[in-house]
Amino acid sequence: MTDELFDVRLVVNGAAHDVRVPARRLLSDTLRHDLQLTGTHVGCEHGVCGACTVLVGGAPMRSCLLLTVSMDGAAITTVEGLTEADGALSAVQQAFVDCHGLQCGFCTPGFLTTITAGLRANPDPTEEQARELIGGNLCRCTGYQNIVRSVLRAAELQRERAAT
Amino acid sequence: MTRMFGQPIPRVEDDRMVRGHGGYLDDLGHDALACAFVRSPHAHAEIVDIDVTGALDVDGLVAIYTYEDLPDRLADPLPLLIPHPALTEGRTQYALARERVNHVGEPVVMVVAQDRYVAEDAAERILVSYRSLPAVVGIEAARAATQLVHPDVPGNIAANMLQTVGDVDAALAAAPHILELDLSIERSASTPMEGRGVLARWDPESHRLRLWSSTQTSTGVRAAVASKLGLALVDVDVITPDVGGGFGVKIMHPWPEEVLVPWAARQLGRPVKFVEDRREHFISSAHERAQLHHVRVGFDRDGVILGLDVRFWHDHGAYIPYGIIVPMITSTQLLGPYKPGAYRVEFDSLYTNTLIVTPYRGAGRPQGVFVMERTMDAIAATLDLDRTVVRERNFIQPDEMPYDHGLLFQDDRPLIYDSGDYPTLLDKLKKLVGWDEFEAFREAARAEGRRVGIGLGCYVEGTGVGPYEGAHVVVEPSGKVKVATGLTTQGQGHQTVFAQIVADELGVPLSDIEVVTGDTRRFGYAVGTFASRAAVMSGSAIALAARAARAKALKVAADALEANPDDLDIVDGIVRVAGVPGAEISLGTLAVLANPLRYAFDDAAKAATQFAVGDTSKPPVGEDDEPGIEGRDYFSPMQSTFASGMHAVVVETDPDTAEIKILRYCVVHDCGPLINPRIVEGQIHGGVAQGVGGALYERMAYDEAGQLQNASFMDFLMPYVSEVPERIEIDHLETPSPLNPLGIKGAGEAGVIPGAAAFASAIEDAEGITITAMPISPSELFELRRRHEERSSP
Amino acid sequence: MKPPPFGYSRPESVADALATLARLGPDGKVLAGGQSLLPILSMRLAAPHHLVDINRLSELGYVRVEGGDVRVGALARHAQVLADLPARAAQPLLGKALRLVAHATIRNRGTTVGSIVHADPSGEMTAVLALLGGTVRVATTAGERDVPARDFFVGPLESAVQPGELAVSATFPVLPPRAGTAFVEVARRNGDYAVCGVGALVELDADGAVSSARTAYLSVSPTPLVLDLTDAIGSEPDFAAAAVAAREQVEPEPDIHASADYRRHLAGVLTERALREAHAEALERSGRD
Repeated sequence: MTDELFDVRLVVNGAAHDVRVPARRLLSDTLRHDLQLTGTHVGCEHGVCGACTVLVGGAPMRSCLLLTVSMDGAAITTVEGLTEADGALSAVQQAFVDCHGLQCGFCTPGFLTTITAGLRANPDPTEEQARELIGGNLCRCTGYQNIVRSVLRAAELQRERAAT
Repeated sequence: MTRMFGQPIPRVEDDRMVRGHGGYLDDLGHDALACAFVRSPHAHAEIVDIDVTGALDVDGLVAIYTYEDLPDRLADPLPLLIPHPALTEGRTQYALARERVNHVGEPVVMVVAQDRYVAEDAAERILVSYRSLPAVVGIEAARAATQLVHPDVPGNIAANMLQTVGDVDAALAAAPHILELDLSIERSASTPMEGRGVLARWDPESHRLRLWSSTQTSTGVRAAVASKLGLALVDVDVITPDVGGGFGVKIMHPWPEEVLVPWAARQLGRPVKFVEDRREHFISSAHERAQLHHVRVGFDRDGVILGLDVRFWHDHGAYIPYGIIVPMITSTQLLGPYKPGAYRVEFDSLYTNTLIVTPYRGAGRPQGVFVMERTMDAIAATLDLDRTVVRERNFIQPDEMPYDHGLLFQDDRPLIYDSGDYPTLLDKLKKLVGWDEFEAFREAARAEGRRVGIGLGCYVEGTGVGPYEGAHVVVEPSGKVKVATGLTTQGQGHQTVFAQIVADELGVPLSDIEVVTGDTRRFGYAVGTFASRAAVMSGSAIALAARAARAKALKVAADALEANPDDLDIVDGIVRVAGVPGAEISLGTLAVLANPLRYAFDDAAKAATQFAVGDTSKPPVGEDDEPGIEGRDYFSPMQSTFASGMHAVVVETDPDTAEIKILRYCVVHDCGPLINPRIVEGQIHGGVAQGVGGALYERMAYDEAGQLQNASFMDFLMPYVSEVPERIEIDHLETPSPLNPLGIKGAGEAGVIPGAAAFASAIEDAEGITITAMPISPSELFELRRRHEERSSP
Repeated sequence: MKPPPFGYSRPESVADALATLARLGPDGKVLAGGQSLLPILSMRLAAPHHLVDINRLSELGYVRVEGGDVRVGALARHAQVLADLPARAAQPLLGKALRLVAHATIRNRGTTVGSIVHADPSGEMTAVLALLGGTVRVATTAGERDVPARDFFVGPLESAVQPGELAVSATFPVLPPRAGTAFVEVARRNGDYAVCGVGALVELDADGAVSSARTAYLSVSPTPLVLDLTDAIGSEPDFAAAAVAAREQVEPEPDIHASADYRRHLAGVLTERALREAHAEALERSGRD
């Protein structure tokens, strides 16, 4: 029994990668193990926890619920791609540091990608909207209190950065 | 220099993690072979046959192992980690099942393959035939003992333990009031976002093993693996990478996989990795919490307890590798901030055909607090007293500290509370939540057709349990300070808080300090991270080690600066002589000077070579001296230190749908002086969320056959943001402990402990229906309402 | 939790897809958004022989208001339908229900037609299709057929789509004049499958009396249950009476999250809530509020 292999091109964080994978290979595994972009974490592999969330064409999706082969040609952003070009933390990343928005850090990449996309769509969320934005991601450490604060702080940081 | 102790500084860990540069277990070893396990689909069965032939032609298969393949000590049962005289019938599992399986998920066959996909393909093709046996599921079935989990363990009882203080029978007989209550808590689990995992590299040239494990105890894993594989401790390195949460479940060791993976790596001469998936985590790691309690309490007309008699039954699952720690904690910590009068507590620890039980954050305390606080509420209801008044009347008073309960705690040492101020805590809580104004709020809500209730829960938590932790602090020639302690980190921010301690003790900037935890190469003596002990134990050891390093630095500096050590101080990594401007020397230079060298390998070292320094009339390193600026010390207290806290919650229950909504959640908390308030509050937030989960959402739904019906994140209902309180309001009290150099107490578990108690109290208050079992779902509240109406209607 | 091996095709056109599906027959399984399929594969609860990935069929990625229907193509993601203002204006129930489908991240990939074909009796969009009396257009190499909702849901997780067929679109009739809708549910956690959910469609006659009151249910029957409560509610709307009628007609089963009686009770409570809300909207849309 041998898996047929498929050639797939992924543009991850702006760089093109060509991989040869079986049809069943999950995007989360390709990112983590084939491309060694291990910032994307796998917490459940059935699409509930959100730790593996990446941006596909800018929209957050669960990378454990995507087949790599199906993503041929897609532009993907992982947590490693959120950092500014000069290496500085993005507003969302900085907000998590400022607000103690992470403890063990395992779920964090999924929150960071989700919030990054969410603040693009709504740069000035209310507290209720901030909660709604992170409503599909599980965290076992923080009780979400400081993650909600981080969303609001990130919006504030973005505004500050845009003003300078 | 600003004192770093007490500062709510951001964590030094975060920059790496928010960039996605954390290194968790499965982020390592991309070259390693993968494992999958054939696990028992039966709760109780005999293994008749294992047929692996169907798997042999799977491309990429490397090896298949069954019990028959295990050599020597690996073929013995796994260790019983915490023996106890009361644990008379301890049984532990084999690394791979031998002849019988005793719970769904027990590993039977190990498959090693090129990747996890292929390993699962092969595992799926291995046929194991079983002869199914009746399963013992739940405490009632275990007590009935019509079926036995282990044929040689009568009554399914592994342990029976009794502790008594005073004459309970006499106290109850004399009490004006007696109440009896049956109270139960269901199973839940730690459920960290990252499951278990282990990676092993065997070096055939040096005959050494290097092991990475997602563990709460690297030294524990090392000792267990070395013993099982017949290796010397010095030939085994265990490294704890970033760990995606623990909450107790990763203190258990060795897991079967933790000994099988390194063994296979040695057999195969290739690195091997096991990464548990979410479904496996539910059926093959560990659970906790399930207990059934019967309480008899006698009290006077003021609600003062005269005698308390608690009998309870603890479900520890199919094996008991972690001993009876959890029910022992329940039996002692149940007392909380109260004086129970005469007290008798007895428990049975029972085998069932379900997953093993090991401590989960709180470790027996949530159950104990639930029992005691339900009892307090029942007394208040009986006497028509305010619930806080009954508690006040039973509190241990501050002037009674230290308070000796006359019992033995989980460490077999006397249960003596070192310090605490419970009346002040309760005052703070009442103010924070507005206890005295609640009736007005209730009336206003009622006028709108809304149903609200308030509840509270009080606890005392033994933290910083022994036996010891140690630490090493060394100043590098660069002036950087390297700190190592043996216990491990799962997100508590140890690198930050330990650096805060060192910064103060040694007088160096935070940015010059690097802390390593859980790496046996750096520090080989340690116990582990559990029981809210890391700050107390390693924090104290680090303070002591830093003080030793400081003393050494001052001694060397005194020689170099020809000054009296008492006149020296260290600020920003520079030793200065008080009142003599310019008389100073950096810690880095001292580190060079303190290490007399033969070779000048760089410019700094040149200053310390034999022709540059030294009194030729003395040996280069004095008889009672050592090279370098470093300190190594251990902290081993006589007993635990006791933190405390109280929570209040306001709920609204939907009169139609029975949904339960949290309106307020208030916490007052006393863990002594806070090293980093932001981190302590983060710990409380996470604990409260787990308390909400345990009270309203999470349970292990085993059916009668022992199948876990909700082994997924779809059906095991861990709270999302939408299920936790919008705001957790926190107030602190800081009562120092006299038991350690920093005066601190543990904070890690506190947030979860009174959750079930407080919610039960609040829901009962909203509904007017007695709550005796947690967790509670809307469906269960609906059924309770219906039964209550049936009983109330004529 | 890794999927078993399977064959894979990624057709570039509908014709291509239909030819592939025809060739594969019972061995073929369509992959659209995959948000329900992938967990099933990773848990190895299903082992399809061959997946036909329709994610390249951008011609099916449409949402249109045409004639009296909102027509949703097989590749329209939930998020795309939810963001389509003309479609939501034409049939507001779409937006009300879609907000309750899983979480936003799942809606970014999951397709509305795919969730209907999945035929989960606890899926919101199956109930919406059933309540509105929509249709699913099913294509083969031989042609197309429109299957009405009442014939489409055959059993739990079983639709009328046959081997070799591809569901290419679904239609949702637009909201009639003087009508209102509502969708309410009780879920254990936000975003979970509902313990019970009710969609309602209330129509008024020219005098403002209820001329039709229909409800559809989640999680209380093996296939989406639609009740006509017009008689029960009466012309002077008696919502409580409708709730009683609903309670009597649902067929809930117990599970680990809720007892059958609780679900039955919820069906009544939510029927009343949904009908009140839909009725109020109908009044408002009739200019009678």
